[in-house]
Amino acid sequence: MKSINVKHIIKNYGLVIVFFIICIALSILSPYFLSITNIMNVIRQTSIYGILAVGMTFVILTGGIDLSIGSILAVSGVICAGLLKSGASIPLAVFAAIIVGGGFGLLNGFIITAGKITPFVATLGMMVIARGLALIYCNGYPISGFSGAFRKIGSAYVLGIPVPVIILIFTVAIAWFVLTQTRLGRYTYAIGGNEETVKLSGINASFYKMLTYVIMGITAGISAVILTARLNAAEAIAGTGYELDVIAAVVIGGTSLSGGSGSVIGTLVGALLIGVINNGMNLLGISPYFQLVVKGILIIGAVLLDRLRDEPA
Amino acid sequence: MDHLLRMSGISKSFPGVKALQDVSFDLMQGELHALVGENGAGKSTLMKILSGLYKSDTGDIFLHGKRMAATGLKEMITAGIGVIYQELNLISHLSVAENIFIGREPRHAIGTIDWKTLHQAAREVLKPFELDLDPRQKVYTLGPAHQQIVEIAKALSLKAEILVMDEPTAALTGNEVDRLFRIIQKLKSSGVSIIYISHRLEEVQSLADRITVLRDGKVIVTERCGEMSTDEMIKHMVGRTLKEKFPRYESAPGEEVLRVENLTRKGACDHVSFSLRSGEILGFTGLVGAGRTEIMETIYGCKRKDSGEIILNGESVSIRSCKDAVQKGIGLIPEERKRQGLILGLSVFDNAALAVLDRYSKIGILQRKKISREVQHMIDSMDIKTPSYRQLVRNLSGGNQQKVVLAKWFLRHCKVYIFDEPTRGIDVGAKVEIYKLMQNLARNGSAVIMISSELPEVMNISDRIAVVFNGRIVKEFNKGDLSEEQVMEYSLGLHSTAADSLNDVKEDHEKH
Repeated sequence: MKSINVKHIIKNYGLVIVFFIICIALSILSPYFLSITNIMNVIRQTSIYGILAVGMTFVILTGGIDLSIGSILAVSGVICAGLLKSGASIPLAVFAAIIVGGGFGLLNGFIITAGKITPFVATLGMMVIARGLALIYCNGYPISGFSGAFRKIGSAYVLGIPVPVIILIFTVAIAWFVLTQTRLGRYTYAIGGNEETVKLSGINASFYKMLTYVIMGITAGISAVILTARLNAAEAIAGTGYELDVIAAVVIGGTSLSGGSGSVIGTLVGALLIGVINNGMNLLGISPYFQLVVKGILIIGAVLLDRLRDEPA
Repeated sequence: MDHLLRMSGISKSFPGVKALQDVSFDLMQGELHALVGENGAGKSTLMKILSGLYKSDTGDIFLHGKRMAATGLKEMITAGIGVIYQELNLISHLSVAENIFIGREPRHAIGTIDWKTLHQAAREVLKPFELDLDPRQKVYTLGPAHQQIVEIAKALSLKAEILVMDEPTAALTGNEVDRLFRIIQKLKSSGVSIIYISHRLEEVQSLADRITVLRDGKVIVTERCGEMSTDEMIKHMVGRTLKEKFPRYESAPGEEVLRVENLTRKGACDHVSFSLRSGEILGFTGLVGAGRTEIMETIYGCKRKDSGEIILNGESVSIRSCKDAVQKGIGLIPEERKRQGLILGLSVFDNAALAVLDRYSKIGILQRKKISREVQHMIDSMDIKTPSYRQLVRNLSGGNQQKVVLAKWFLRHCKVYIFDEPTRGIDVGAKVEIYKLMQNLARNGSAVIMISSELPEVMNISDRIAVVFNGRIVKEFNKGDLSEEQVMEYSLGLHSTAADSLNDVKEDHEKH
């Protein structure tokens, strides 16, 4: 009896347990780890990946994937920066970044559903296209130097909490609401579970699938604004390789790559776990080369944990 | 002649179904032994046991008089048993030669494939078939007849002494059938023994040495060919000793709800016309693959029709997607519950509510309390056995899973319900419950279409029955007007020419 209970706990809370064990270990190894400054630092660094991972959770829940998010982030970023430089207001520039991100998402979704091209291939193509467009737009040069008001999006605190973290919390809260309380959310799970059944139930599955890519794009736009503000610069090569860390966060968070099961809370924990491990290894002075190895092991370990969850008790 | 193969006392159960009960079957050297029976009689299960795909619960298999200790897939292939399934198992993007010798390709000393020897070997194997077939050709470029020959060649190259052929002529044209028969004769004279499964009884009569009829998982009779007429064969196939329990129901058909006129889609349905009234259950029967499901898919908008008209409540409607059909009040309970009806990884709640989320939401936000109440009500009234609506559908029994699919549509209060094989793979008790639910729908004024391959079911539950053969309705009749034997004859296409079928339908329409 007792062993079954242990298995049950590992199955359902394994990730959270791993997260706390690592936090405890790090706080013993490095006294600085638990300081408020460091914790804020970790969360702030996590926020951009976290926001992207929220969007990615939708896409992966339908059984899809989006490799183009890093590139979309770059396009959104340079357009936002370009508009600011040409004297546009901050709300307009921010809005434009989000629209551009959402627009690319729509395009992805359209190619995937109307063109019946697998998400992997469609977004791989879009990854290259969007990167090219970003380079064309700014001719390869970074666009930098913005007003203090814009930079605050990346650096200010409200009630002692960094603005990017507040945005992350809002994004997660909205996504949680959408996934559990709305039609779009339930259809997202249903499509990942069995698209054929969804179609035969009289639901326009393609439309809802497309929407998940739009959501993904919008989160890329939001992340682009935060990144641009924090760095005080937008570059066409920004966000390179983000897709892998973001997919890793979603997978570590327990969302199944084949779709149909997972949660945005899991994704948040997954993103935080990656952030904490990066931070901890930096604090301990572990070489960045070695850090890559650890991260890879973490991804595989998390999926193994997931397998355990899928096996009948 | 000696027994080459003897299967004795084979029984096999699946949850809720006894697929085979104490079946004995044997095969002589060089013999063609035909296996006939209705859909679900147990032919395929028996052959899957012989091929090693399934393991029987009881019984033994003897080969050359010796009992086989292990009966896995590998052992059966090594023992010389080759199965040509109805759906061929070739890898379409590999060549003919690669398919024949897959896993056994001749190799050079350094491990690379020796193409020259491979192609030569393939040519050798194909030689007796006297075909102009290049072993380098990719399989997907071949028609079904040639693909089938590749399968046969593959089995023979594995030194098969026993060939199992499951409906081998289903996808072939007249000439191709003749050639296949010549090949079969040749194989027999070279000592290969064949187990031949077919619905085409004339074929069986002309080819077989012996015939075994299976019904409800039991051997009814094994006779030498010529000692059993086609009529007798049919009688053995359908004859049932006990009439299963079919709940009685007095139908009171009302107004016409659905009329389909000359519905045609190339390769699927051919000038299909019928009419359906409220409070009525219309049965569609015919053999698997006759086109019943395809007709319904076309009405439901999964596939676009080429021509024809669908009239719903007196109005001609355009249905171009499943969504249109559902919006107009049609619900489909599909044939394959797990693949098309359910989302196994989600809860009873999510599955049952799937089709009504649009009705129970405001600006996209779900009215969860309302939906929960409705779903709970369905669980109670349909007696779905589940600990709660949060339970994953995966964990329910087959009958209860099917009830969840029904609940999904009942919640939507459709005008027309299409049931495609609603009782397949569920136990007798649950079947009766499903019949009652269907009759309830009719009583409350819905119109019901039921596709079923189980004759007694169709004949007892439906008010009217349409028999489908080759994508056409070849006969329509009222409950009790025809015997099971007659329906079987129509299903087998014994009474059909294109002109006949059209006339039948017209006459029936004029009668109403």
